[in-house]
Amino acid sequence: MSVAPPLLAVEGLTKSYGGIHAVRGVSFSLRAGEILALIGPNGAGKSTCFDMLNGQNKPDSGHVRLLGEETTGKKPREIWRLGVGRTFQITATFATMTVRENVQVALISHGKQLFNLWGSAPKFDRGEAGRLLELVGMGGYADRPCGELAYGDLKRLELAVALANEPKLLLMDEPTAGMAPRERVDLMRLTAQIAREKSIGVLFTEHDMDVVFEHADRIIVLNRGTLIAEGSPAEVRSNPQVQAVYLGEGLLYDAEHREGAST
Amino acid sequence: MAFYVVQLLTGLASAASLFLVASGLSIIFGVTRIVNFAHGAFYMIGAYIAFTLSERFSGAFGFWGSIVAAALAVALIGVIVEMVLLRRIYHAPELFQLLATFGLTLMVEDLVVLIWGPDDLVGRRAPGFKGAIDFFGQNIPSYDLFLIVLGPVVLGILWLLFQRTRWGVLVRAATQDRDMVAALGVNQKWLFTSVFAVGVFLAALGGALQIPRDAVHHAMDLRIIVEVFVVVVIGGLGSIVGAFVAAVLVSELNAFGILIFPKISIILVFLVMAVVLIVRPWGLFGKPEAPARRTPGLTVNPWRPLTSNERLAALATLVIAATLPLFAGNYALTVGSEIAIFVIFAVSLHFLMSVGGLASFGHAAYFGLGAYGVAFLAKMAGLPMIVCLLLGPLLGCMGAAVFGFFAVQLSGVYFAMLTLAFAQIVWSIAFQWVSVTGGDNGILGVWPEKWAASPSHFYWLALGVAALVTIALRAMVFSPFGYALRATRDSLLRSEAIGINAKRIQWTAFVIAGTTAGIGGALFAYLKGSVFPDNLGISLSVDALVMVLLGGVETVSGAVIGAIVYKALNIWLVSQTDLSKLVLGGFIVLIVVVFPKGIVGMLEMLAQRRRKTSPPGSPLLAKPIESAE
Repeated sequence: MSVAPPLLAVEGLTKSYGGIHAVRGVSFSLRAGEILALIGPNGAGKSTCFDMLNGQNKPDSGHVRLLGEETTGKKPREIWRLGVGRTFQITATFATMTVRENVQVALISHGKQLFNLWGSAPKFDRGEAGRLLELVGMGGYADRPCGELAYGDLKRLELAVALANEPKLLLMDEPTAGMAPRERVDLMRLTAQIAREKSIGVLFTEHDMDVVFEHADRIIVLNRGTLIAEGSPAEVRSNPQVQAVYLGEGLLYDAEHREGAST
Repeated sequence: MAFYVVQLLTGLASAASLFLVASGLSIIFGVTRIVNFAHGAFYMIGAYIAFTLSERFSGAFGFWGSIVAAALAVALIGVIVEMVLLRRIYHAPELFQLLATFGLTLMVEDLVVLIWGPDDLVGRRAPGFKGAIDFFGQNIPSYDLFLIVLGPVVLGILWLLFQRTRWGVLVRAATQDRDMVAALGVNQKWLFTSVFAVGVFLAALGGALQIPRDAVHHAMDLRIIVEVFVVVVIGGLGSIVGAFVAAVLVSELNAFGILIFPKISIILVFLVMAVVLIVRPWGLFGKPEAPARRTPGLTVNPWRPLTSNERLAALATLVIAATLPLFAGNYALTVGSEIAIFVIFAVSLHFLMSVGGLASFGHAAYFGLGAYGVAFLAKMAGLPMIVCLLLGPLLGCMGAAVFGFFAVQLSGVYFAMLTLAFAQIVWSIAFQWVSVTGGDNGILGVWPEKWAASPSHFYWLALGVAALVTIALRAMVFSPFGYALRATRDSLLRSEAIGINAKRIQWTAFVIAGTTAGIGGALFAYLKGSVFPDNLGISLSVDALVMVLLGGVETVSGAVIGAIVYKALNIWLVSQTDLSKLVLGGFIVLIVVVFPKGIVGMLEMLAQRRRKTSPPGSPLLAKPIESAE
């Protein structure tokens, strides 16, 4: 008897640009319903790593498997068809369409009706689109042009769009970037709640440590392309290597203290 | 062997002018992000002015002085154009910039004829380069050798200019990030103006240097601009080295293509361009284009299907239109048929351009292919009219399938240039392949059968088909496919992330639009009773763009209104004046600068304003609330 494969399994992911090793041998896995944060300082390789998971970038070596199926080197749209929803660091929505139409496009794609020339799109899965918008708290905005929305609302719309194909995995690149503190908490709370209810695995990158430590079940830390720590928020917080990366090597701090001690 | 060497050298000599014009276009694009359609016009004015000056001033100094003076004079004209027109549209969408500079081209074409007359002008030979050099029994004009040397010299001067001067550094910086350069305190206005002047100078110099080789005539602008577009598509927009390499490549292909396919040498260039586009979509030396920015102030009201009242109104309008034969004469009915056909043409482009965001500058190719399709079937196969009308548009469909496949690999200005180049290729085939297409004489005697022969019957046929096509395309806008197409227009990134294969969606839209245009062309062939290369020419492509723009590019029904208004105006104008291009060009520039939303867009805006202010309460009280919204 074999154990069910993890939702997402990443093995030895490697990518270099010229002589620079952006990502070196990164491996981790993610279970259904788990919320995993990928953190690290600027230039640690988070975005490169992320882009290789969602198909925007091809790894030099290593494997990405989704529910046991190899997705390395597949196109973003093929990966989406396997059940991966995603949101972008800078929101990408259909600006000239209404909020509801944005969700409907995703539902049309999910229902494989993209080449349907004669049906009525305004009526397409209207109920389901409404439900998804209610779920993220955007029910009242359905008929608003997307281009008018405030940034926080756009992020919530992206979440609704990402949920349209009943994903098993959500990839969220800096989901709260550019949002007000209050909105950040709301959005992550909502995401966590939906993920647990529907047993969706969530992988997100984030710079705001409050968001990370409050919402992540588990954290992996990248520095200079390699994985330096992995564990629960408490474990990661107390990991000396992580502290060194985030607070500096401590030389300055020590030097100041020594000076302070000597005077 | 000597013959091939001479052919090679002739190619290199032609490359010089092409390189000058293409590098000018590239430099202007690099900094201002404007694809200057009027570049061919500046090339042409350069040739005309150089001709006039060199006729007046004799001697070597007179000749070479005239060439340089002409280029400088045209550069000055360029500065005025930049300051008066382009400064107003730097932030407009690419389509508007292309159209405005195209309008300028049209105006110049008429002005040139007005000043210099319609006949070809043969210029003087260049002093010092009058003879030919004997090369193993073959003659090489010594002026060609001068041009062969000139090309690399100009390339070197440009290189020094960009690498070694302060101005060059600023230009290179602005090419990478013009906002950053502005933030560093550089006066952007004058940087743009000077860059435009240099680019125009190069174009005019290219034109002026052609006078010892070629006659000066008033259609040389379009011929060069199409070649230049092909050069920058192959070499990569914004790269001067790319312009040089591609100019040499294209000229050599032309020189040797004539030996291989004497009739349709342009095919060879097309094949090379297709290969380059597949291997390197941004050209040999180009960089991927940054995603097109959306322009603030041009946001779109969400589209909606017509309400049942509006549907009734549209139906009533159609019924009224159908009663035209009851009171109008034959001439009015023929005009009515032509307008109905142009409605078909305009809505087909609208589907591609407004719904799909793909502004084709060569849509007439598919219109004309439909017309030729009918002509072939009717004249050669002798098929009945109904069959011809049904099968004729398939030629447009096939053309769109082939060219569309390559065109949708690109977007924005590259797409526009490529569609224009394709249309020009189809035009040259129709023009040059005399044995099949009749060349310039066209195919005559494509008359409708008895049941459709009378003006009223044909009018009803055209109106009926136009109504059907408009309804069908409108239904597609609000079909799942239509939503997907709009999605690819709004955000490629998001479309891909929700499983949409954008290129396939766009290709499908291209084929639908091409086939529909072919239907219009098929009817047009029967209306006119003949088919000519002009049926797929550039001016017809631009007619389509202007119709959509005039109606309102961001509306659903703009194309219909735009086609009716524009075509009616156009027919009237042509009957009133000989300078229709001048008026039309001025009209295009005017729409782009002061009227960018079009007729339907303006009406929608007015209706909205009324809706907002109409609730009870005086308008004075309502105002602050409105602005706070």
